[in-house]
Amino acid sequence: MNQIPEIFRAIPVNNFVILAVVLFSIGILGVLTRKNAIIIFMSVELMLNSVNLLFVTFSSYKSDPSGQVFVFFIMAIAAAEVAVGLAIIVMIYRRIRSTDVSLLNNLKG
Amino acid sequence: MEQLLSLIPLFPLIGFLINGFGARKIPKGLAGIVGVLASGASFLVALFLLFQFLGAGQKAISVTLWQWISGASWSVGFSFYADQLTFCMLMVVTGVGFLIHVFSYGYMHEDEGFGKFFSFLNLFLFSMLVLVLGGNLLMTFIGWEGVGLCSFLLIGFWNKNDAFNDAAKKAFVMNRIGDLGFLIGIFLILFRFNTLQYTELVTALGSVEVLNDTYLVWAGICFFIGAMGKSAQLPLFTWLPDAMAGPTPVSALIHAATMVTSGIYLVIRMNALYSTIPMVQEFILWIGLATAIIGALVGTSQNDIKKILAYSTVSQLGFMFVALGVGAYTAALFHVITHAFFKALLFLGAGSVIHGLHEEQDIRNMGGLKKFLPLTYGVFLVANLAIAGIPPFSGFFSKDEILAHTFAGNKIAYILLTVTAGITAFYMFRLFFLVFFNEYRGKLSTEKIHDAPPSMAIPLVILAVLSLIGGFIGIPEVFHMPHYLNDFLQPVLAPSNAVASLHPNLHPVISHSEEWIVMGVSVVVSLIGIGVAWSMYFSRKLVPDFEPETNPLVKLTNGKFFFDQIYNAVIVKPITLIANIFSVLVDLLMINLLVEGFGILSRFAGSTLKLTQAGRVSGYAFLMVCSILLFALIFIFKTF
Amino acid sequence: MVQNLFYFLSFLAVLSALMVILSKNPIHSVLYLILTFFTLSGHYVLLNAQFLAIVNVIVYAGAIMVLFLFTIMFLNLKDDTFTGSRILYHLGAGLVVFTLAGLIILKISKETIIIADDAHFDSQIGMVENLGQVLFNRFLVPFELVSILFLSAMVGAVMLGRREKGEKNF
Repeated sequence: MNQIPEIFRAIPVNNFVILAVVLFSIGILGVLTRKNAIIIFMSVELMLNSVNLLFVTFSSYKSDPSGQVFVFFIMAIAAAEVAVGLAIIVMIYRRIRSTDVSLLNNLKG
Repeated sequence: MEQLLSLIPLFPLIGFLINGFGARKIPKGLAGIVGVLASGASFLVALFLLFQFLGAGQKAISVTLWQWISGASWSVGFSFYADQLTFCMLMVVTGVGFLIHVFSYGYMHEDEGFGKFFSFLNLFLFSMLVLVLGGNLLMTFIGWEGVGLCSFLLIGFWNKNDAFNDAAKKAFVMNRIGDLGFLIGIFLILFRFNTLQYTELVTALGSVEVLNDTYLVWAGICFFIGAMGKSAQLPLFTWLPDAMAGPTPVSALIHAATMVTSGIYLVIRMNALYSTIPMVQEFILWIGLATAIIGALVGTSQNDIKKILAYSTVSQLGFMFVALGVGAYTAALFHVITHAFFKALLFLGAGSVIHGLHEEQDIRNMGGLKKFLPLTYGVFLVANLAIAGIPPFSGFFSKDEILAHTFAGNKIAYILLTVTAGITAFYMFRLFFLVFFNEYRGKLSTEKIHDAPPSMAIPLVILAVLSLIGGFIGIPEVFHMPHYLNDFLQPVLAPSNAVASLHPNLHPVISHSEEWIVMGVSVVVSLIGIGVAWSMYFSRKLVPDFEPETNPLVKLTNGKFFFDQIYNAVIVKPITLIANIFSVLVDLLMINLLVEGFGILSRFAGSTLKLTQAGRVSGYAFLMVCSILLFALIFIFKTF
Repeated sequence: MVQNLFYFLSFLAVLSALMVILSKNPIHSVLYLILTFFTLSGHYVLLNAQFLAIVNVIVYAGAIMVLFLFTIMFLNLKDDTFTGSRILYHLGAGLVVFTLAGLIILKISKETIIIADDAHFDSQIGMVENLGQVLFNRFLVPFELVSILFLSAMVGAVMLGRREKGEKNF
């Protein structure tokens, strides 16, 4: 069972890194571009996942389980964050009857 | 007994403090009494100490109150010192000062600043006493500055009038110029001799071998510049006539009897220094002569009674400096004393005239006051005879002694000085005749003209008596009577006498026959002056015109030789211009800009940075991403 | 064979990610995101991290996205409108992101990343037992702390979701 799977010889690790970077930048684009709070939140989840991919990649390629354990924790935290974040979005909706973030400009000055 | 010495300046200081702090709370009468008593107490203590001094073999008294400044190798103490010279000045200052305090009690009685006046007067007395009693140059300088300050305060006493304030400022500024010279002189002496104490300086200067040592010449010139400012010599004399803006007792005390003589006091005190630098003595001689001549000439065509007396003071001070210039220290001091008597009397008499005529000062509006102000007339006559130099009045003896020594020293100076003496007699009697004789030309109804009340009359009479007999302390040898003043002052003049004996060619002595001739000539010249005045203003009843003068000579003298205008154009205007330039350039432009600039900068930065706070969430996120990009750039390019 | 799989899964992942941010309808965005998670799970399987692949599907696609869906339906969100007034801003954002991504990719391409050699390679690290060993031995404390994190998140969510007095229910 200690035979190296084929993938590690076939695909250089750079490819996975490039994929993760592309996903991350798409996530950033989503955060900057969209004005619906929930879509923005989903873009953040996308970014988190790209980071997860990166961790797993390196964990596999270097045979270090810490990477995967860390992914574990990231998922746990993302779950907690989503819970709280959505509660906040609901609160905002109750206040301004919309999820448009461009309406939240009370700190303008 | 030494401690009593410090009491002399203490009494006026206490009087100043009481009157100064209780300015409007103390009733008028009490303030006046405090002031008069303070000066009187000083006079009594001085008198008492004088008798002690004479009884104890004329040993100089010295007391150091505390050690004031200690340098590395030198120290200056707050010390008083009294020798023969000091006692002469003390008697004059406290005596005449006391009389003038009594006079002011009556003269200033209606003035609302009565208490303030007496506090200033007492402060002046204090400063003058510190000046005279000072045991080292620094103490004298303190008094020097103090009298300058009090002069300013008292000249501008009626401070609601702008012209008076300007006169006060002028006096102060010119005094300041002189003070700078004094200060530099102090520094020079300190560097050279490591001490400022008079007794130690005398010893140190006694060992100076060579005459006209350059360093000492500069020191002497610096001290003389100080004397020029304080004693109104050319070119720093224009403040004295303007100082007549102050009340008349002020003019009498400060600008006739005491403050203006402090320059002469300083030179006599430093006679050890000046005897080693005959070059500077020459300089003093010519300056004094020029001052005497110009003062006399200007006085011939003035029309304000106090201005005439002011210019006569300038002229007489010139006389005293001429005496100092030929090394006749005793003669100078003698003239100081007699001048104090008759000039104070003249000013107080003028004050009585002004008071009686309800503040009229132009002599063209006076005349015939002999019958309205008999007492004033009498004392004025005595004073005039004294200043003209008619024997046996005091002025004759002192002026004659100056003339005699000048004759021995410098013939040209003697001739010019004698002519000046004649002009002095002329303009003083011009004043006398125009004020007291012929018909009254003024507009006041004659019942209102009243003579001096007792508080003013008594000092007048006392001063008149002193003007009459004051000369007998210094009778010249030709009369085969002892010259009390000269003998008294010998210990003080020992250094200059020592130098004189070493260089007899520089100090010629006058012979007896020459002295008789000089005496006769001076009396004749004075009589000629009186005669001319008699003929012009009494017999022919000439009165100076109110229209502007056409005679160019009179215009020149009436315009004070245009000194004020020259100073204004050459010094005042450029300095004002520079000040204005700096005010706009440096002050407004640079400094205001700098200070306000910070505020403007902050506001600008704030309003610019405000634009980044748009309140848009996506905007903030964008900024965050840009920062990340920046970091990435830095990171990547660092490793390249 | 593996390469083809890899490229196919990558293409799918990028496509669905793009559709997430470009969709008008929020529900469509959610669905596309779920698709993205599935493709990522596929990548995990490729990388021999089976456990994580399953956990990814269960937690992310199964719990978190369902939560999103609930919220969207609660709030009854309508389609997003793209206004043209922000076109400049979009261009700017795109430029920045493009630059960032490009930079990193360029940098990565030049570097060679060291991977483990044959002697030290262990292919079993993605298995449950091994992961469990590591998790409960080395990372025990963070594990326990995560439980406290969940507690605070729960409390926070409940507190935040409370309706204040006078507020109307939508």
